[in-house]
Amino acid sequence: MTVATEAGSEGLVFHPMDQFIVKPLFGGDTVGMFTITNATLWMALTVLAITAMFVLGTRGRAIIPSRAQSVAELGYGFIHKMVEDVAGKDALKFFPYIMTLFLFIVFSNFLGLLPKSFTTTSHIAVTAVLAMLVFLTVTIVGFVKHGAGFLSLFWVSSAPLPLRPVLAVIEVISYFVRPVSHSIRLAGNMMAGHAVIKVFAAFAPLVLMSGIGILVTPLSIIAIVAMYGLEILVSFIQAYVFTILTCVYLRDALHPHH
Amino acid sequence: MANATEGAAGKAAEGSGGMPQLDFSTFDNQIFWLAVALVAIYLILSRVALPRIGGVLAERAGTITADIAAAEDLKLKAEEAEKAYNQAIIDARAEAAKIIAEARAEIQADLDEATARADAEISGKTAESEKRIAEIRASALDSVTVVAQDTAAALVAALGGAADDKTVTAAVSERMKG
Repeated sequence: MTVATEAGSEGLVFHPMDQFIVKPLFGGDTVGMFTITNATLWMALTVLAITAMFVLGTRGRAIIPSRAQSVAELGYGFIHKMVEDVAGKDALKFFPYIMTLFLFIVFSNFLGLLPKSFTTTSHIAVTAVLAMLVFLTVTIVGFVKHGAGFLSLFWVSSAPLPLRPVLAVIEVISYFVRPVSHSIRLAGNMMAGHAVIKVFAAFAPLVLMSGIGILVTPLSIIAIVAMYGLEILVSFIQAYVFTILTCVYLRDALHPHH
Repeated sequence: MANATEGAAGKAAEGSGGMPQLDFSTFDNQIFWLAVALVAIYLILSRVALPRIGGVLAERAGTITADIAAAEDLKLKAEEAEKAYNQAIIDARAEAAKIIAEARAEIQADLDEATARADAEISGKTAESEKRIAEIRASALDSVTVVAQDTAAALVAALGGAADDKTVTAAVSERMKG
């Protein structure tokens, strides 16, 4: 692979993936299950940021909200409405669960945009757990609520009878592909954007090494800024997409009949 | 990466060609801390934050609804008050008109009575005056007769004649009739 190699003797270094390395914070080389790593730190910061906004920000319980409280209320209303509109009123008991997923993802994404930070949601291990949580919840809820009737989700009764077995196979496959796409979409987006920023960043110091840098350095800085703006958008959109897909899957579990 | 460490991090960076995401040795660590973080967020949200925000939003909606209801109520009251005010004005006008009419009738009655009394007095006085005038006229006529007889008797005596009272009186009466 070329990404981790050094480009030329001037020392233009490309390590776009180094930012994703999970490493112990307090010395040592091995990452055990309970080692405090940079992933631990940034997850803790996510928890703290959520606490700051949703607990400290709302401690006034004001009828006329403060700025922090109104942002917290905005987030609450946004997800509450999404759950209600997409998954239905009876899905509102899953609202804290979906809110947890959304806030974890959106805060992780945005904290990951800080320079030198670690993006927990760029790791497939994290997003896969999130996606599997959704998948298992949806499946269990579906079978608990509807028993074997949940299987009618795969039996497209509006299709012509001969087509139904074929469609059933496709539906089953698509059902099991859901957690895969659900998790890789999020991790892939976060990883790709951060890696691209890092690649442009590696080009930025070229002006110190060669004449062509006069052209390349401003371009790469502009590119970093543009990518950063795009990443801000992507950070929110991917959290939104993850959450709304969760709601869609939940609706399937609560109302499996097409 | 000649001095790469033997640790998992180092291996991830060099081994898989820069995909630390696929370094499975860090998965248990990430999953453990993710579980901790998610449980923490879930507990914070479901125990503290969400009930609080939901309460605030409900309270605000309640306040707004109550305020709107109160405003509607006040508006109704204002309309009622306006209606009552208009009614009061109409009543007052009617009352005033009634009082004016009564006063006018009373004054008219007083006036009529006074006029009647005055008329009666005037006619009484007139009758008395006429009687007095008649008396005066009668007494004046009598006096004239007496004076005429006396004058006639004196004239006759002065002319040297002797006049008896009867003749003089008859002559005077004769003359006075003419």
